[in-house]
Amino acid sequence: MTILVVAEHDNHTLAAPTLNTLAAAHQIGGEVVVLVAGLDVSGVAFAAAQIAGVSKVLMADDAAYARQLPENVAPLVANLGRDFSHVLAPATSNGKNILPRVAALLDVDQISEIISVESADTFKRPIYAGNAIATVQSNAAVKVITVRSTGFEALPAEGGSAPIVALAGARDTGISAFVGEELATSDRPELTAADIVVSGGRGMGNGDNFSHLYRLADKLGAAVGASRAAVDAGFVPNDMQVGQTGKIVAPQLYIAVGISGAIQHLAGMKESKVIVAINKDEEAPIFQVADYGLVGDLFEIVPALTSTL
Amino acid sequence: MKVLVAIKRVVDYNVKVRVKADNAGVDLANVKMSMNPFCEIAVEEAVRLKEKGVASEIVVVSVGPPAAQEQLRTALALGADRAILVEAVDELSSLAVAKALKAVVDKEQPQLVILGKQAIDSDNNQTGQMLAALTGYAQGTFASKVEVAGDKLNVTREIDGGLQTVSLNLPAIVTTDLRLNEPRYASLPNIMKAKKKPLETVKPDDLGVSLASTNKTLKVEAPAARSAGIKVKSVAELVEKLKNEAKVI
Repeated sequence: MTILVVAEHDNHTLAAPTLNTLAAAHQIGGEVVVLVAGLDVSGVAFAAAQIAGVSKVLMADDAAYARQLPENVAPLVANLGRDFSHVLAPATSNGKNILPRVAALLDVDQISEIISVESADTFKRPIYAGNAIATVQSNAAVKVITVRSTGFEALPAEGGSAPIVALAGARDTGISAFVGEELATSDRPELTAADIVVSGGRGMGNGDNFSHLYRLADKLGAAVGASRAAVDAGFVPNDMQVGQTGKIVAPQLYIAVGISGAIQHLAGMKESKVIVAINKDEEAPIFQVADYGLVGDLFEIVPALTSTL
Repeated sequence: MKVLVAIKRVVDYNVKVRVKADNAGVDLANVKMSMNPFCEIAVEEAVRLKEKGVASEIVVVSVGPPAAQEQLRTALALGADRAILVEAVDELSSLAVAKALKAVVDKEQPQLVILGKQAIDSDNNQTGQMLAALTGYAQGTFASKVEVAGDKLNVTREIDGGLQTVSLNLPAIVTTDLRLNEPRYASLPNIMKAKKKPLETVKPDDLGVSLASTNKTLKVEAPAARSAGIKVKSVAELVEKLKNEAKVI
């Protein structure tokens, strides 16, 4: 078996979910090849080559792949993928965007967001917002899979020295173009990779009140997340949303502040090691999953917690 | 332009689903079913495009059981002009649905196809991308804003780090994110009018589509239960527990 892993990156750095995806590839077993498609990605390819257990890095360096538009990247991955037993990518917004297009080009069904590898053709994945776990078997010639990074322990980024092979023959389909982007900037750790996450919900009242959570997060070295209610109310940007339709996190410690605990939110955080709930409503469903619950006014509790730490 | 919207009948998002005792799947008997929330947003967007004078006709399509007619009627009540049901009984894979939709696209020749980004039952997030691959059209997934600019479509997408805008050649495929719009409610007069709108039923065989899948679900289990912990009385007690008992800070 040979496995192709599509690397997640921003043309400069290899993103952490790639390491979790490689861990899933190792559990499947066999030779693992990493594809880095982008523009000026020699640094990313070099980083990928350093990862233990990577046997080869394929580098597709071309302006056509600069923004990883699926119309251009999917044909590349599909053409390469024919020679592999598995094609894997992290279940990031990029991976979710590109891989189903690859699967359809290969005329196979995809398995989305696996959380465990049972065997080379059998995988587990959550359905119904994580309220059921399906065991799915694929008999496709090429198994196309996205990997939920919180399901797999990241591989160490060092210890390898794989050869890098540059690919030629890029083609721009010309049916789509990048116009612009608006990225949220933050000094705090990335939400999906943080050891501690502090999240706020509708109970925060407004966007300014999130400053209470930022102060607490900075004391803990934590990332700040939010429920859909807080995002929809305009308190914080949508890339902070944790849940079925947002990001999936599984930190060591998750502190839910003013979050009721709807099914859709729990889907994004219930794999956390320790969950703390701070809520004034003691009937809130979040207390049914919280290891430690504190009933009371968050505007008193959060500042008190910040000053105690 | 003609807009095609694909919708799916799923378990209502408020229902707490139960896994069947024989692990064959989730128990859907006597459970409330609704239109998938992301599909509602897709219908709403199409209706808004029509209200702006951009869309001339809205065709809604569902690939699913006969009962999906209910959801198609809902879409008609919300403002769609006519509906197509591709009748299939089995639980379908995303690729099978994409192939059925491709056949409908070939027949209807829409300029824009809008789908939800994912169905809240299978949580696959695949069909729109697969349909784009099969038709060879450009895709604007996880859209939070859609603007027609001449013969192009500008789509603002929700990505991990924030927002990204892409320009797509028409015809194109768009999948909706939650923040694209707020769907309206169907009024009673519109529900009554929707009963008279055309709803065509076709079989996959008529479309020349095979619904076979390369995936097989072996079993469905309940996730490991997480039990409630303890309630602490004060901030000091919470910090003490986190430090000494859970050892996470």
